Amino acid sequence: MARVLVGVKRVIDYAVKIRVKPDKSGVVTEGVKHSMNPFDEIAVEEAVRMKEKKLATEVIAVSCGPTQAQETLRTALAMGVDKAIHVEVTGKDLDTLQPIHVSKILAKLAQDEKADLVIVGKQAIDDDCNQTAQMTAALLDWPQGTFASKIEKGDGILTIVREIDGGLETVKVKTPAVLSADLRLNEPRYATLPNIMKAKKKPLKKLTPKDLGVEIKAHQEVVSVEDPPVRQAGSIVPDVDTLAAKLKEGGFA
Amino acid sequence: MSSIRLLSQRCSKSLFNRKSFSGLRVLQARQSSQYFPIDDNVFGLNEDQQQLRQTVFNFFQKELAPKAAEIDKTNNFPELREFWKKLGSLGTLGITASSKYGGSDGSYLDHCIIMEEMSRAAGGIALSYGAHSNLCVNQINRNGTEEQKEKYLPKLCSGEHMGALAMSEPGAGSDVVSMKLRADKKGDYYTLNGNKFWITNGPDAETLVVYAKTNPNAAKPQHGVTAFIVEKGMEGFSTAQKLDKLGIRGSNTGELIFENCKVPAKNILGQENKGIYVLFSGLDLERLVLAAGPVGLMQASCDTAFEYVHQRKQFGQPIGEFQLVQAKIADMFTSLSVSRSYLYSVARACDNGKVSRRDCASVILFCAEQATKVALDAIQCLGGNGYINDYPTGRYLRDAKLYEIGAGTSEVRRLVIGRSLNELYK
Repeated sequence: MARVLVGVKRVIDYAVKIRVKPDKSGVVTEGVKHSMNPFDEIAVEEAVRMKEKKLATEVIAVSCGPTQAQETLRTALAMGVDKAIHVEVTGKDLDTLQPIHVSKILAKLAQDEKADLVIVGKQAIDDDCNQTAQMTAALLDWPQGTFASKIEKGDGILTIVREIDGGLETVKVKTPAVLSADLRLNEPRYATLPNIMKAKKKPLKKLTPKDLGVEIKAHQEVVSVEDPPVRQAGSIVPDVDTLAAKLKEGGFA
Repeated sequence: MSSIRLLSQRCSKSLFNRKSFSGLRVLQARQSSQYFPIDDNVFGLNEDQQQLRQTVFNFFQKELAPKAAEIDKTNNFPELREFWKKLGSLGTLGITASSKYGGSDGSYLDHCIIMEEMSRAAGGIALSYGAHSNLCVNQINRNGTEEQKEKYLPKLCSGEHMGALAMSEPGAGSDVVSMKLRADKKGDYYTLNGNKFWITNGPDAETLVVYAKTNPNAAKPQHGVTAFIVEKGMEGFSTAQKLDKLGIRGSNTGELIFENCKVPAKNILGQENKGIYVLFSGLDLERLVLAAGPVGLMQASCDTAFEYVHQRKQFGQPIGEFQLVQAKIADMFTSLSVSRSYLYSVARACDNGKVSRRDCASVILFCAEQATKVALDAIQCLGGNGYINDYPTGRYLRDAKLYEIGAGTSEVRRLVIGRSLNELYK
């Protein structure tokens, strides 16, 4: 039976209107509503369902971030996760934090916690990197099943159906493995009130990246963050020939 | 342990109609508003309570808010019973009831938070929830015998059954003690004759707490009232037409008819002729929890109006930046914040066992009247659009007005508070 490590990220809530900071250094996060990354909710749901189906013995949620990341972990605990690990990253380190660092942290934790499975959301809705699952698998030298829309457990093997541009791809991976959850994998549950109250008693461990031997070193620098350009007006063309000519002019044909 | 498992299993099996997000950013138009954030730190909510608010907010905004306009228009909620079961699986229906009978062992503050967020999503359905969870479930939890709690609470907490409470009659509103519904003892049962009016959930409820006169000739009329638990389907009990109301639409309100209705004596809630204690002590907590209704409506008014005045441009700038509009939104915000603070304070006092009749009456008196004002302000902020039913502000006003009437009119509340103050100086 598997021990499952689930990575969750605290991001700006999907319903919030994003505002760019006037100094173009990033987006406004102060006082803005945050929640668990929606794809991570799906990952947590999958892990909890595995436990309910007795395919997993223990589910551990991990989050890298400031103190408020503990709220996200508590949501995971209320959904049915057994214990939580908060890797505290604050200040300058938080600005520098990238998927590469998170992957190193997850890889180390996967080894420390003797995980058989690492599940994360396919990407975070704030940076849309879509890198953590892949890099974590590479660091651990484990097989990966990304964009999973269906996971079936066999004997030491997982059958994953992946949603890719061309359609659906089915792969078989040997465990231990790293998976990333896509939208249609499942529909996450709402935490019930009794479970929210029970979550209080579940263990939440606090660590730093240093404890795990990971240095948050900057590999890139954010030069500027701007709003996407305002949509320009189009023009109506009289016939197809004019359209074709315009497309050629614009270098699109 | 197993009941919790059952709850989460029920959760994962039930059909939540979550609006899926295409790609990475949500493209759904959420009514016409973003949300005006609530700073829970100012109101002293601890982490658990903040998480509770988050959870129920997400649930109600996804599962209820999108249907609110239609429910109000048609005065009907077709998926009411399914929604009730979802409420049950979340643990909200028996929030203050004992977990021994399927409740959640929660506090009155928890109850207020849930009521507030539901009212923010759909005022009408929230009142049905309040009537079920506080007027019916909480009363049975507080006053019922072991047998009664075991018989009635589990299905009420799970959402399989709906609850209601009936005290008002066509001829007995503010003067509730003058009720005429008779309960005549006949051995080991009573026959009830008469009717009740303005009963929330009346047309739907399976379990009803009903107050009747067992001793119409008592020296003091209040000492002739007894509370009974009545079941739909009991011989002689029927419901009449659904009322077509100004607001709180979708919450079915109706008349109850008792024609030689046979109710077993073991269904007496509390003691014979001592029903008035059940009634009045329940009324204090009813006022507390229902006061969260207008607070939710004020929050919804701010959600809609604040967003609107920052989007709507006239004379080259958002109208929210003109002084007279700034004044209005400032007052709306202040009314909301003050109401919420008082509500939570009184809730905490009740949770500590210190139920103050004066403060419970005061909190609903204040919140209700503020909500009507704030809703009117919201309509004004939206200008012409506030007058069109495509926008929710009209509904907020119509829903808010009820709270100045139900659970004791503002006038009665003032009398209660005044008299209570007089007592201090006797």
